[in-house]
Amino acid sequence: MPSEGSVRFADAIRRTVIVQSKRAYVGHIGSSLSIADLVAVVFHERIRLEGGADRDRFVLSKGHAALALYAALDELGRLPDGAIDTYCADGSQLGVHPEIDLEGIDFASGSLGQGLSIATGAALAARVQGSDRKVYVVLSDAELNEGNVWEAIMFAGHHRLENLVLLIDLNGQQALDFTPDVLDLGDVAAKLASFGWDAAAVPGHDHDALGTALDAPSAGKPRAIVAQTTFGYGVSYMESEIKWHYLPLSDELFADAQRDLAALEAQR
Amino acid sequence: MRNEFVDELGALAAADERVVLLTGDLGFMVLEDFQRQFPDRFFNVGVAEQNMVGMATGLAEAGFVPFVYSIATFATLRPYEFIRNGPILHRLPVRVVGVGGGFDYGHNGITHLALEDYAVMRTQPGMTTIAPADAPQARAAIQATRDHEGPIYFRVSKRGDALPGLDGRFKLGGLDVVRTGDDAAIISIGSISHEAVAAAAFLAERGIEATVAVVSSFNPDPAEELAELLANVPLALTVEAHYVNGGLGSFVAEVIAEAGLACRLLRAGATSMPSGETGTQAHMERQSGLDAGSLATSVQQALSLRP
Repeated sequence: MPSEGSVRFADAIRRTVIVQSKRAYVGHIGSSLSIADLVAVVFHERIRLEGGADRDRFVLSKGHAALALYAALDELGRLPDGAIDTYCADGSQLGVHPEIDLEGIDFASGSLGQGLSIATGAALAARVQGSDRKVYVVLSDAELNEGNVWEAIMFAGHHRLENLVLLIDLNGQQALDFTPDVLDLGDVAAKLASFGWDAAAVPGHDHDALGTALDAPSAGKPRAIVAQTTFGYGVSYMESEIKWHYLPLSDELFADAQRDLAALEAQR
Repeated sequence: MRNEFVDELGALAAADERVVLLTGDLGFMVLEDFQRQFPDRFFNVGVAEQNMVGMATGLAEAGFVPFVYSIATFATLRPYEFIRNGPILHRLPVRVVGVGGGFDYGHNGITHLALEDYAVMRTQPGMTTIAPADAPQARAAIQATRDHEGPIYFRVSKRGDALPGLDGRFKLGGLDVVRTGDDAAIISIGSISHEAVAAAAFLAERGIEATVAVVSSFNPDPAEELAELLANVPLALTVEAHYVNGGLGSFVAEVIAEAGLACRLLRAGATSMPSGETGTQAHMERQSGLDAGSLATSVQQALSLRP
């Protein structure tokens, strides 16, 4: 299977998410599991991390899932040794949301909806500088509630920023409820397409499908991968459960989560 | 001073390829020359100030020095959190240009009157705030801050004629004394400084000699110089086209209190939200006691009440 490497990479991210959330006793676990596969397909042999100022950029607009990003950077050896074990510890640079002073973080985030505007500026910068670098940005579906996200969608579409790659974590839920019950987003891919984006709905945990969508020839437009994901993916009792937006792990549930992840890894 | 500011920005852009200009669909009859000269470094982002500042953050990280342009209220208040979490947090050289400010947009009403921009900007550590008093100082400020590493907010007023005694000087964090006198000190910021200077002239006719000192920036600010100056006068009056809380008046109060000075402080500026009444800039300023006559009278009365 061509994407086996990135699947294993995602497995490692999920393991780290569970272990570190348990140790730190903090929440946002379901959100991090939701994007483990998206982060993996970008960071496993796709994003160009070398090249100094000409490297690709990555913006985690849904900053509350930073643990998935830390896990990826750790897997790549891009965090200082042992840093991942300081997640949310006093004095650590690894907080719930990514901080700019942490090596490997291009942009801080945490306030929902700000990442796409930053990424749009970063993509415009690459164009003006004549660089072929790409800008990857991961948004949650709930961030589409923020008005300025649509300002950025309009700008990127109008200016055909084809070096901008947006991955939307369409897990269908947000802090207090399911997204169709809060503000129904309708057909997100169709909306983006109507603003001039090359948008496709893709199964969000299928690495082959995600890879194909990411590697497709440019349509001369910004690209949007509307990834249909499952919140809490891989841990049965978290999947599509609103409460796992915030809850931390007990000892018992930690053991259950590890069993679930082992089962997921075994079936592939 | 808008046209001079943008003209100087054009000169900066000609010399420095890092300079790009983003506008939130404003700048009719002001930005056209820049757009013609630098079509690849000019972007009308539409009426979208939050996205404009977010984009400026992404541009600045890549090495650009983005100037984002709108009316002062829309440039500062609408995208405030983007400014905080963007260029301030990331320590990037984004220049927020707020045109108007104070009562400049008189008839347009409170939505267009920036009366808290100094306050919200100066409270953010690392956000340099610059309010030139006249066009020559605006030009000097652009050049002096060309390589300033962090973000800057420029309040660019309508009025740009030269302030007597300032002679185009600008020093970041400096205090410019444009008139000297031992009876009182008038401390002003921005183009309303013209009223401060005129007030000092009125006072002189009445036998009161006042120093007039112009503050042109916060972060850095001239706290030390100001404390030295105010140690030698019994009365200070702050003059700003702004609410009296949070801006220059508050800054000077902090300086006086922290230095333990005996100087009494009067603060001229808006004390309530000016809604429900329209008028010219001059009318609105008069309503807040910011005209030279009112300023002079307040100083004279305060001095006459001294024991």
